[in-house]
Amino acid sequence: MRLEKCWFCSSTVYPGHGIQFVRNDAKIFRFCRSKCHKNFKMKRNPRKVKWTKAYRRVHGKDMTQDATFEFERKRNRPERYDRHVAEETLKAIKKIDKVRVDREARHHEKRMKGKKAQVQKEAAKELEQSIHMVKAPAVLQKEPSLTLPKVYQKQTEDRMVE
Amino acid sequence: MVQYNFKRITVVPAGKDFIDIILSRTQRQTPTVVHKGYAISRIRQFYMRKVKYTQQNFHDKLSTIIEEFPRLDDIHPFYGDLLHVLYNKDHYKLALGQINTARNLIGKIAKDYVKLLKYGDSLYRCKSLKVAALGRMCTVIKRVGPSLAYLEQIRQHMARLPSIDPNTRTILICGYPNVGKSSFINKITRADVDVQPYAFTTKSLFVGHTDYKYLRYQVIDTPGILDRPFEDRNIIEMCSITALAHLRAAVLFFLDISGSCGYSIAQQAALFHSIKSLFMNKPLIIVCNKTDLQALEGISEDDKKLVMEMKAEAMKTLIGQGGEPSNDEGVLLTMSTLTEEGVIAVKNAACERLLDQRVELKMKSKKLNDCLNRFHVAMPKPRDQKERPPCIPEAVLEAKAKKAEQAAEKQKKLEKDLEDENGGAGVYSASLRKHYILANDEWKEDIMPEILDGHNVYDFVDPDILQRLEELEREEGMRQEQEADDDFEMDGAEMPPEEQEALAEIRKKKRLLIQQHRIKKSTAESRPTVPRKFDKDKKYTSERMGRQLSTLGLDPTLAINRARSKSRGRKRERSIDKGDQNGIDDMDVDGNQPNKKLRFRSRSQSRSRSKSRPPYEVVPGEGLKDSAQKKKAIDASSIQVGFILHKLYTESCELSYPVLEVALKALKGLYGYRGESYCGGLVGSRSLLSAADDLLLDE
Repeated sequence: MRLEKCWFCSSTVYPGHGIQFVRNDAKIFRFCRSKCHKNFKMKRNPRKVKWTKAYRRVHGKDMTQDATFEFERKRNRPERYDRHVAEETLKAIKKIDKVRVDREARHHEKRMKGKKAQVQKEAAKELEQSIHMVKAPAVLQKEPSLTLPKVYQKQTEDRMVE
Repeated sequence: MVQYNFKRITVVPAGKDFIDIILSRTQRQTPTVVHKGYAISRIRQFYMRKVKYTQQNFHDKLSTIIEEFPRLDDIHPFYGDLLHVLYNKDHYKLALGQINTARNLIGKIAKDYVKLLKYGDSLYRCKSLKVAALGRMCTVIKRVGPSLAYLEQIRQHMARLPSIDPNTRTILICGYPNVGKSSFINKITRADVDVQPYAFTTKSLFVGHTDYKYLRYQVIDTPGILDRPFEDRNIIEMCSITALAHLRAAVLFFLDISGSCGYSIAQQAALFHSIKSLFMNKPLIIVCNKTDLQALEGISEDDKKLVMEMKAEAMKTLIGQGGEPSNDEGVLLTMSTLTEEGVIAVKNAACERLLDQRVELKMKSKKLNDCLNRFHVAMPKPRDQKERPPCIPEAVLEAKAKKAEQAAEKQKKLEKDLEDENGGAGVYSASLRKHYILANDEWKEDIMPEILDGHNVYDFVDPDILQRLEELEREEGMRQEQEADDDFEMDGAEMPPEEQEALAEIRKKKRLLIQQHRIKKSTAESRPTVPRKFDKDKKYTSERMGRQLSTLGLDPTLAINRARSKSRGRKRERSIDKGDQNGIDDMDVDGNQPNKKLRFRSRSQSRSRSKSRPPYEVVPGEGLKDSAQKKKAIDASSIQVGFILHKLYTESCELSYPVLEVALKALKGLYGYRGESYCGGLVGSRSLLSAADDLLLDE
C-alpha cells in the first residue's frame, strides 16, 4: 500500500480514492479526484492552473528546493528490517515534518515581507487623491485634514422646531 | 460389437416431423419454378423429379432406421434376451416390419405415379399427379407414426443401457433385494449406484470396473431377485436372470446373515436352490454380508445347516472346474460392506476363481499356442551350483543405508500437519515470518506501519537517517538564530481612524460607481437611453441633491433654491406645499408622491403656459387626441369616479388609501393638475365623506 501523488495537483492520493490512467506508452497518471482528471482530459497544463502545487512552485509561491525534500525518496531496494531503524524513522518523520513546515512558513513570510508597507502607502495615496469624492474642495480648503466632513444640517429644522 | 452402437442409432423422428423434413427438403433441393408455357416434357420432368426425389428420401431415411436398429437374432444372446425382456421382441420386430412395409409402399407409389406422369398432358394435370403422389406417401408415413414413436422410445432407452461386454471377464452379483450388492460394487469399483433402505432400489443392471493383477474386470450389479416361479417374474428380475443366464461370469451370491434385509436365511437359501441351475459352469462364491450385525458363527443351527448346503453346492462347481477340492476357503466368505472388512478378500477370491477358469478354458482351446508365450517365462538352465547374486557396490549400499536411517529419524513436520493440528485451514493461518533472517529474532513478528501522517514510511527508511536528521536540526538551529538577529520590519505610521473612515467611504463610493456603470453597460444594448425628463423612479429630486451636498459638507440651500427658481413655480403650489407639509408628517410615504408630482408638473408647465389651464385642454403626453375627446372623457368618468367614491365611503367605513389612489390617478388623468391637487388636498385634510360630496358638487 502506497500513498501516491496526484499528477495534476500534487496532493496525496489515499488508497481507495481517485483514478489511474495508463497511457499507451505505459506512463501512469494518477488523479486524486475527478476535478483533476477532468482538467487533465481538457489538456490543461498544471503549471498554468492557479490552485495546483506545480503552479505555486513555478511561480515561487511555495518553496522548491530544500533539504527536507531529500529525506523522502522512493527507494527501490528493500532494507532488512531493523527495529531500531524503524523506530528512529518513525520519530524522524515527525521531526522532518515540523522542520519542513517551519521552513515553508518562513518562505511565506519572506515573500510577504514588504506587503504591509506597500499597502499603507497605497492607501495613503488613494485617500489623498480621491478625498474630493467625500469632501467638497471648498470644505477641504477650510479644513485641510483628510477626514470626513461634518454633515451640513439645515437651518429649517430649527425653524420647524419653533 | 453391436453393443457399442446402441448409442449411435440416429434419432427416429415422429411421423409429422418426418413428413415435414422430407417435404421441406424436396421443396428446397429441387427446382421450384415452372410455368405453363414450358414444353410439356419439361413440365413432366419437373414433376417427376419431385416425386422421385421425395421417394428417394423416404427410402433412405427408412432404410437407415431399419438397418441401425439391431436385429435381435444377430446380436449376442445376452443382449437379445435383455432387449426381449425390456421391450417385447415381437413388438419390436413388428414395428420394424411396419417401417419396412412403409418403405416398400412408398416405392410402389412413386413408381406408379411416375408412370402416370409420363403421360400428363398439361401443367395442371402433372401438378395434381405430383400432389397426389406426395400425399399418398405422406399418408403412409402418418399411418406408421405410432411405430416410429415406439422405436424412438426404444432407441432412447437402449442408448442408456450399460455397455456390458459379454465376452470379457465379468463378475456378477446376485441375491435377494437389500442384501448389500450395490454397496459392494460401490466399494470395489468407481460406480456410484444408489443405495437406499428400500427394496428394489436398483432397477436395472449397473456396470463397474475393477482391476486385479493388471487385468480389468467388469462387475455387474443386478436388481434383487425374489423367490418366485419363473413365469411370475417381472421385468426387473428378468434382467438379472438374463444376465445370469447368458454371461460367463463369476457369480457372487450374496447372503444376508443378519436378516436385516427382511428375508430369513431360509428364504434366501430357497432362492439359491431355485436358481442354482443358472450357476452351471460358473465359479460360484457365497458371500455372507453384514457380518458386523451378525457373525457367521452366531447364527442358529438350522441356518448353519442351510448355509452348509449352499456351500456344498458351491463346492460342486469348484470341483467341476477341476480345482483343488481341499481349498474351500474360496467358496464361502464373510464380509461387511459397512466396516469394509473382507471386501477386498471377496473381490480377490472372485477374480482369482474367474481367472483360473478362463485360463483353463483357454488352455483347452485351439488357440493355446498363440498365447502360450504369455504364460511361460523362459529361465536359462543353471550351469553349475554357484550362486550369482546381483552385484551392488559397497558405497551405494552404505549410502542407501544412511538415507534410510535419516528418513527414519527425521520425520519432517510439514506446515500442513501444523495447520491440521491447529484447527484446519480456516482457523489457523501460518506465520509466514517464521523463517525470517533478522539481526534479532524477537523482531520477527513486528508490524511496521506503512503510512504515517500522509507519508510512506518506506520512503524514509535509511540506515543513516539519524545522522542526516542531526545535520538538519543543526541547520535549523542556526537559521533560527539568524532570524532572531534580523531586525523586525518597521511598519510605517498607521492611519488614524478618521482617515480610515474617510478611506472606507471613498472606497464605498467608488464601488457603487463601478457597479452602476457595469449595470448601465450591460443593459445599454437592451434599453434605450431615455432623457432624464422621464425618470420613473423619481430619483433625481432637489431633496436628494440637497442631501448629497450636505454630506459633502456644503450648504445646499442656495443650490436648491436656484434649482427651484429656475423651474416653473406656481402660486397654488407654494400654499399647497405649506399646507401639505403638515399633512405629510401624518401620512405615509405614498402621500408624498402627489405633492412631488404636483410640484414637478406645475413647475414644468408654468414655463411656457399660463398658470391656470382649462380642464379640457389637452396636454401633450396625456394620450387624448383633442379637447373634444377630453371633454367627453371627463364628462363620462368624473361622475362615475365621484359616485364611486361616495358609494365606497357611504357603504363601508373602511377607508382604503389604495382605492383612493386609483381614483386619484383617474382624476389626475382627467382634471389634470386641478383634480389631483384638489383630491390630494381633500384626502389629506378633510373627511372622506365630505370629500366625496365635494367632488360631486364640483361637477
